Amino acid sequence: MTGQLYGLLAEFPTADALIDAVSRVRGQPFAGRVEAYSPFAIDGLAESLGGRADRIAPAMLLGALVGGLGTYALEWYSAVHDYPLNVGGRPLASWPAFLPPALEITLLGAALAGVIAMLLGNGLPRLHHPLFAVEAFERASSDRFFLLLRPEGASFDAAAARSFLQSLAPLSVAEVPA
Amino acid sequence: MAGAAGNAMSNAALPAPAESYASVSERGCALALQPRAGRGWLAAFALALLLTLLLACGIPWLLALGVGIWGLDVPVAWGFAIANYVWWIAIGMGGTFISAALYLVRQDWRSSLSRYAEAMTVFAVSVSGLFPVLHLGRPWFFYWLFPYPNIMSAWPQWRSSLEWDFFAIFAYLIVSILYWYVALLPDLATLRDRAGRGARARLYGLLALGWRGEAREWQRFEQLSLLLAGIAVPLVFSVHSMVALDFSQGLLPGWHSTIFPPFFVAGALFSGAAMVLVLGISMRHWLGLEPYITARHLDNTAKLMLAAGLVVDYSYLAEIFTAFYGMDRYEVAVMLNRMCGAYAWVFWGTILCNVVSIQLLWSARVRANELALLLIGVGVLVGMWLERFMLIVTTLYRDFVPSSWGMFYPTFWDVAFLVGSIGLFFVLYLLFLRRVPVISMFELRKLLREPAAAAARGRERPR
Repeated sequence: MTGQLYGLLAEFPTADALIDAVSRVRGQPFAGRVEAYSPFAIDGLAESLGGRADRIAPAMLLGALVGGLGTYALEWYSAVHDYPLNVGGRPLASWPAFLPPALEITLLGAALAGVIAMLLGNGLPRLHHPLFAVEAFERASSDRFFLLLRPEGASFDAAAARSFLQSLAPLSVAEVPA
Repeated sequence: MAGAAGNAMSNAALPAPAESYASVSERGCALALQPRAGRGWLAAFALALLLTLLLACGIPWLLALGVGIWGLDVPVAWGFAIANYVWWIAIGMGGTFISAALYLVRQDWRSSLSRYAEAMTVFAVSVSGLFPVLHLGRPWFFYWLFPYPNIMSAWPQWRSSLEWDFFAIFAYLIVSILYWYVALLPDLATLRDRAGRGARARLYGLLALGWRGEAREWQRFEQLSLLLAGIAVPLVFSVHSMVALDFSQGLLPGWHSTIFPPFFVAGALFSGAAMVLVLGISMRHWLGLEPYITARHLDNTAKLMLAAGLVVDYSYLAEIFTAFYGMDRYEVAVMLNRMCGAYAWVFWGTILCNVVSIQLLWSARVRANELALLLIGVGVLVGMWLERFMLIVTTLYRDFVPSSWGMFYPTFWDVAFLVGSIGLFFVLYLLFLRRVPVISMFELRKLLREPAAAAARGRERPR
């Protein structure tokens, strides 16, 4: 087969047709890597494709810790060591007063880390993608559902994959050039 | 609540049955992709720009002459600027709360409201941030609030609530922008795909960051949305508590009270719900969003406003009770000054708008009447502004020592900054309406699919 193929793209009219297609294509030796595109999140679809979003929460925890502890450390260093101010004999390390800024930056750190983790995990931002060359794919963000089989692994067989996709009665099947 | 009633509620809040995935995209993108703006939009935008002009003239004038162009003087050194600041940031809080808290408790009907509520938040917080900075006296040194290595070897005072406030606004502005923008990504991708081939498609393409909607992308996206909502809710509560601490950390009668943080948070939800209601009712007609912003949405938002309003009313009562129960002579004096002093009309105006008028919302007929809701919503917004003004002025204008008593009289520029900030908010909001989908299209599509899916699940295993 040509090395120029990014994948085979089948278009479906409904979410249920896509779910059905995914469940049938899974485990087929000729399928390669399976991707499913939809204009909204379909519960359970990613799981059935083996997707796991298990990096977001740890990233946010890390962001929260870095933000919160970092802010607290900065406050402590500046108020106790670098710029100690004796106000009526009150303790320099007045930790209750240091908590509000630390709390705010904890939440900010978590949010920033979560957004970065989501973008990195999804391979975003990117300026172009082979799928954008397929005209029908413009409706993937509106009202159409797509199944993509990508030549990955030795057992991928484009001809078998194509005839399999045709057997699912899609609206169309297109070759996506790389 | 009984299961049947719960279902009836969520179904009634769904988009009209005639809607489809494609019609959601159509309606959502219509205004953003329409080549020429309508007359109504242009007129509103022109008016908003005109009002913003007041701010655009006022700011250089303030920088040139100082905060004296406002009616500020000792003893009332806070005046309109801080009232405006608290008012705007509170309106923002309501937007995040409606979007995030209702998301966490799985209130699907919020999908129609979340986008514009979040946009309202971003703009209201941006506008609010102007006021504390302009009020600094030397606004060009505002970055001194930020802890950075400097040749003065000085650090900010971490024990001051004003410093906390700076961190709170800073964190809140960034998180609310992130929260809004992340939720926009799939809809920006829709715009990109529908915008044709020109420069606009490129711009939306850049903004959509290459979003494609693969199942695993959606999975990470949903995970992040859930966690961000979980972050946003405590953030809302903490930020407005910090705003309240600006007051209660001061040792002044009428301010120095532990009730302030929850009181302010309730006030924020109250005015935020009012703004969501006012914007929702207006957009519903002008943008033809009746299939999405239904009577049920208005009814639910009105109930939310009533609930938050009752907490605010309780706080008013608690403040009065505490003053007289504690018998601190200064607290009692401030309370009597509020009710019978020179600014009594502000106090009673607040009571009229925030206590009396919202009692109408107990009636289902009033909640179904858009004009009534609009008027009550505007009334609440006015009332909440009066409340902040009342809190500031009545505490400050009669100090502990009668020799330092004095009145606050707003100047032309006080009013100009308030009106100008309203103009600026609407300039930003109208640009949002014109360039970004006003409804969360991907959430509504999901909602459109789910009744069928839920019915199918129900057939499989009846409960």
